[in-house]
Amino acid sequence: MSTLMNTNSRIRRFGGLKALTDRFTGVELAQTGKQLVLPMVGILVFLGFWHLAAPQVNTSLGSFPGPAQVWEQSGQLWQEHINQRERADKFVTMQKERNARILAENPDAEVKIRSYPGAPTFVDQIVTSLITVMAGFLLATAIAVPLGIVLGLNRHLQAAINPLIQIFKPVSPLAWLPLVTMVVSATYVSDDPMFEKSFLTSMITVTLCSLWPTLINTGVGVAAVNPDLLNVSRVLRLSFWTHVMKVVLPSSVPIIFTGLRVSLGIAWMVLIAAEMLAQSPGLGKFVWDEFQNGSSQSLSRIMAAVLAIGFIGFVLDRVMLMLQKKIAWNE
Amino acid sequence: MSKPHLELTGVEMSFDTPKGSFIALDNINLKIKKGEFVSLIGHSGCGKSTVLNIVAGLLQATKGGCILDGHEINSPGPERAVVFQNHALMPWLTVYENVELAVQQVFRKSMTKQERRSWIHHNLELVNMAHAANKRPGEISGGMAQRVGIARALAMKPSVLLMDEPFGALDALTRAHLQDSLMEIQQDLNNTVIMITHDVDEAVLLSDRIIMMTNGPAAAVGEDLYIDLERPRNRVTLADDPTYVHYRQEVLKFLYEKQRKLESITPRRNNQTTGTNMQKDTVPAAKA
Repeated sequence: MSTLMNTNSRIRRFGGLKALTDRFTGVELAQTGKQLVLPMVGILVFLGFWHLAAPQVNTSLGSFPGPAQVWEQSGQLWQEHINQRERADKFVTMQKERNARILAENPDAEVKIRSYPGAPTFVDQIVTSLITVMAGFLLATAIAVPLGIVLGLNRHLQAAINPLIQIFKPVSPLAWLPLVTMVVSATYVSDDPMFEKSFLTSMITVTLCSLWPTLINTGVGVAAVNPDLLNVSRVLRLSFWTHVMKVVLPSSVPIIFTGLRVSLGIAWMVLIAAEMLAQSPGLGKFVWDEFQNGSSQSLSRIMAAVLAIGFIGFVLDRVMLMLQKKIAWNE
Repeated sequence: MSKPHLELTGVEMSFDTPKGSFIALDNINLKIKKGEFVSLIGHSGCGKSTVLNIVAGLLQATKGGCILDGHEINSPGPERAVVFQNHALMPWLTVYENVELAVQQVFRKSMTKQERRSWIHHNLELVNMAHAANKRPGEISGGMAQRVGIARALAMKPSVLLMDEPFGALDALTRAHLQDSLMEIQQDLNNTVIMITHDVDEAVLLSDRIIMMTNGPAAAVGEDLYIDLERPRNRVTLADDPTYVHYRQEVLKFLYEKQRKLESITPRRNNQTTGTNMQKDTVPAAKA
């Protein structure tokens, strides 16, 4: 994985075509070749091994899917999504036509358009999962960063809160989930709910599990501001707010971002488990439904989901890294 | 100027350590006139930085006090700007923004935006750093960063400029260059300056007056030497000026004969009791 990341950043750094041709000389060529070729070799070897080993593993749903079946099912999943979209479009157009007819006869008639009732596709589930993970992660950040700043600034408070952090940090999402579910269904009662309960349950579970690294890192970063800079702030008589915004926070941005990246990784992992257990829409539910479905293609489809989950997790981390490079002053 | 500009009276500083109270400074009395350039010199561990930090308001004297222009000092403030040994610039701000942070804070009400901008530029020009206004501290050399640190301090229009070994971390050539710049700026602005140094030549070349401190613990003012040399001073011609050589010898005698440091060979223990570097001069002596 790390060589793969390395290659990506190398490729990006090349820039224009001229830079590319300049690089392609002698040793450099060998270097670049190595960095492109070795990850490729790794992937190919893995695919080969997978291809050979998969048929040997027999399950009640047939033999374990190889790369070819997974590839085929991935295409299938995409096709299903396209078909579903077409049907949904047709469904809406049909209603519009009908509404137009009704209105032509009676201009005062009340018309409405119902959305397509079909099951969400794989792509829809991915989108739902991404929305949920971002919501949970943003909520975690909104709690962890300010709290971390307060803890980092006040040593007494830090000492008081630290044991709680240490105890709650290692708790698995699966342990939180039943509690969160019960609390959400008890407290979030509304006739016209803005969010689905299942969405709230998964989101809050994600928040509870992913806020710790950001919280801890923010606290550490704030407590570790260079004492000289703190003295500058005192000499300038900066107000508390200016002190936090102009000295403490910028100084801790790099370490906060490291925490945020770890948090987002955890958030994504937790989300899949939470969705599976809470039966809230998303990739986790997709995997669970396929598992319950138990058709001959199920395993291939689950494997396609596994790869998609891994790839999305990787992309999320890259996005955070890019953001860090843009915002943090030490990059 | 009969009334002193800055006056320290009976300043005593003690720190609580696990082994009991440790007295760093004992009965420091100083009167400093407006526009005077005063150097504090002494072996490490004698509490020079503690004196400076008390004047800055970053530390509170255990006994005695410090009066500046008729007001007692009990907290830090921009009228006593500090130049730190390691520039202490915010690494995420550009050179301009670093000075701006100070100017914004001090002259928020008394200057217009336009005036503040030209005041920032003026101070950067004073230290010859206008060309690097948009660079970050990480992109310029240590000497340049220290110049910006001085510009930031000057931009606060301080009545006393406090410098804590400002050139200690620089190489000899850069140091000489910055000393010359500082002398020129001092000539123009006539600031009151208190500077801590380890460097005898630096002390004699720059100061109107050298305060030599005895070794800690319970450090006190040992000798008070007035440097009566014409300004502007030139380091090359002064090198074999008999008066200069005489002053230099006075300081050397104090440091290496009267106050010879016997314990300097034993390894230092580095127990940071407070977590800041303010007490860096006092901590090694704590074992005594």
